[in-house]
Amino acid sequence: MLKDITIGQYYPSDSPIHRLDPRTKLVITFLFIVIIFFVRYYSGYLFILAFMALTIAFSKIPFKYILKGLKPLLFIILLTFFINIFFTPGETTLFTFWFVRVTEEGLRQGLFMTLRLVFLVTGTSLLTLTTSPIALTDGIELLLKPLTAIRFPSHELAMMMTIALRFIPTLLEETDKIMKAQMARGADFESGNLIQRAKSLIPLLVPLFISAFRRADELAMAMEARCYRGGDSRTRMKVLTMGSLDLAAFAVTAAMIASVLLNTYL
Amino acid sequence: MKPIIQVKDVYYKYTNQQDELTAALDGVSLSIHEGEFVAIIGHNGSGKSTLAKHFNALLQPASGDVYVKGMNTKDEEQVWSIRQVAGMVFQNPDNQLVATIVEEDVAFGPENLGLPPGEIRLRVDRALESVRMSDFAQSAPHYLSGGQKQRIAIAGVIAMRPEIIILDEPTAMLDPSGRKEVMDTVHYLNKNEGITIVHITHFMEEAIQADRVVVMEEGKIILDGPPREVFRQVETLKQIGLDVPQVVELAFDLNREGFSIPGDPINIEEMVNILCR
Repeated sequence: MLKDITIGQYYPSDSPIHRLDPRTKLVITFLFIVIIFFVRYYSGYLFILAFMALTIAFSKIPFKYILKGLKPLLFIILLTFFINIFFTPGETTLFTFWFVRVTEEGLRQGLFMTLRLVFLVTGTSLLTLTTSPIALTDGIELLLKPLTAIRFPSHELAMMMTIALRFIPTLLEETDKIMKAQMARGADFESGNLIQRAKSLIPLLVPLFISAFRRADELAMAMEARCYRGGDSRTRMKVLTMGSLDLAAFAVTAAMIASVLLNTYL
Repeated sequence: MKPIIQVKDVYYKYTNQQDELTAALDGVSLSIHEGEFVAIIGHNGSGKSTLAKHFNALLQPASGDVYVKGMNTKDEEQVWSIRQVAGMVFQNPDNQLVATIVEEDVAFGPENLGLPPGEIRLRVDRALESVRMSDFAQSAPHYLSGGQKQRIAIAGVIAMRPEIIILDEPTAMLDPSGRKEVMDTVHYLNKNEGITIVHITHFMEEAIQADRVVVMEEGKIILDGPPREVFRQVETLKQIGLDVPQVVELAFDLNREGFSIPGDPINIEEMVNILCR
């Protein structure tokens, strides 16, 4: 069923990683992404690998589940690998196949880039796997709060994300319903070329949009009826607090960053 | 008893698709007392929803005044206090839930009131208990049935500790069992928590359970009284195209055919007692 699609592929569990403050995880993920680009030698990846292995072990998420997340990106990963092999200038030819010359430098570069991509994808997916969308939204709102000083709408952004998340299943269900209703009246969504298929989506999208606007209107009224007046005087039921667990996570991350930087610059 | 909602000679107009001014409310006056259970009936376009939206300042009268607990809905500074006192539940259960988790949604109202976190927690748990949905506190709304979603919407209102709950056709999109769930909840709140209920509906069976029935037609109140007295006017109701409860209709037909059915029965039990005498 369309309804069962989970957004952000959250994997519910009660691991220490799940219990970390979403702000901690967001900041660490950001640092992780940055530090990956500082790795210059293969040996630097050892620290990244150790850090990731530690996180995965603590998160109690089956390794297979994480690998599954790489599957849709297989094409891009392979493309990166081969492009780097073919287009990296090098001197030591390993072998020539037809007009392709594979050099040692090319192979090295290809593998290096592929690893970088794999680490990037798995590292960031760990964030969404261990953090529920609602916690993520709360984290983003709080992290961006200082930016309200320069009129950045951090509360509005978070509210929009929450409502979007809330309505994804509702709208998917509705799409399913409209699709079936149109199919019952002879609409064909599956055959024909690309243009024909795109055209056949119009009778699906028009009612969907109209109903989405109607829903938005009603929701706005319901929110006003419940005294919603923006984020200013609002409090929250769940208050995020950082504890010793978050401190430990930051310490481990700092150690990893230091090791990578030492490896690169010394 | 003092009136908690007072409507004084209210007019409200809106422009329809042909750009003509139509009167949605045409001189309405009404007083609702504390602890009352009032049902407002009337068919589509009779102005019953428009009237309901005046009760919590979602709409303001073009002329006339609406007072909620002594506060005028035209007073901009009082709008939020009015909406806290008079909560509203809407027709479509999907379009009034804001959060992705039930308890977060119930917390939405109290969060808007700026209450301390501990107090919000307390109110959320209490509200979920009174609609008997505590077991679903961690569920996602889209896994719940229509009746359950409506009870969550009611919990979201209760958590704001209102004195009045206005329900704008809350059962129109539900199946019979969902309808019963919602009506049981509403009656429970009225009897045990003393909350004043304004229930807009087009189900006559729901109207007979109220203390008082108000019938609207073309922006005017045409009948107002206890259900038994209102449904005695079978011919007036039929004239404006409204149904009457089945039992009332049966009694009316039997009386017309020469059988004597005294006492204006409005529910099946009463009818059975009269017939078996």
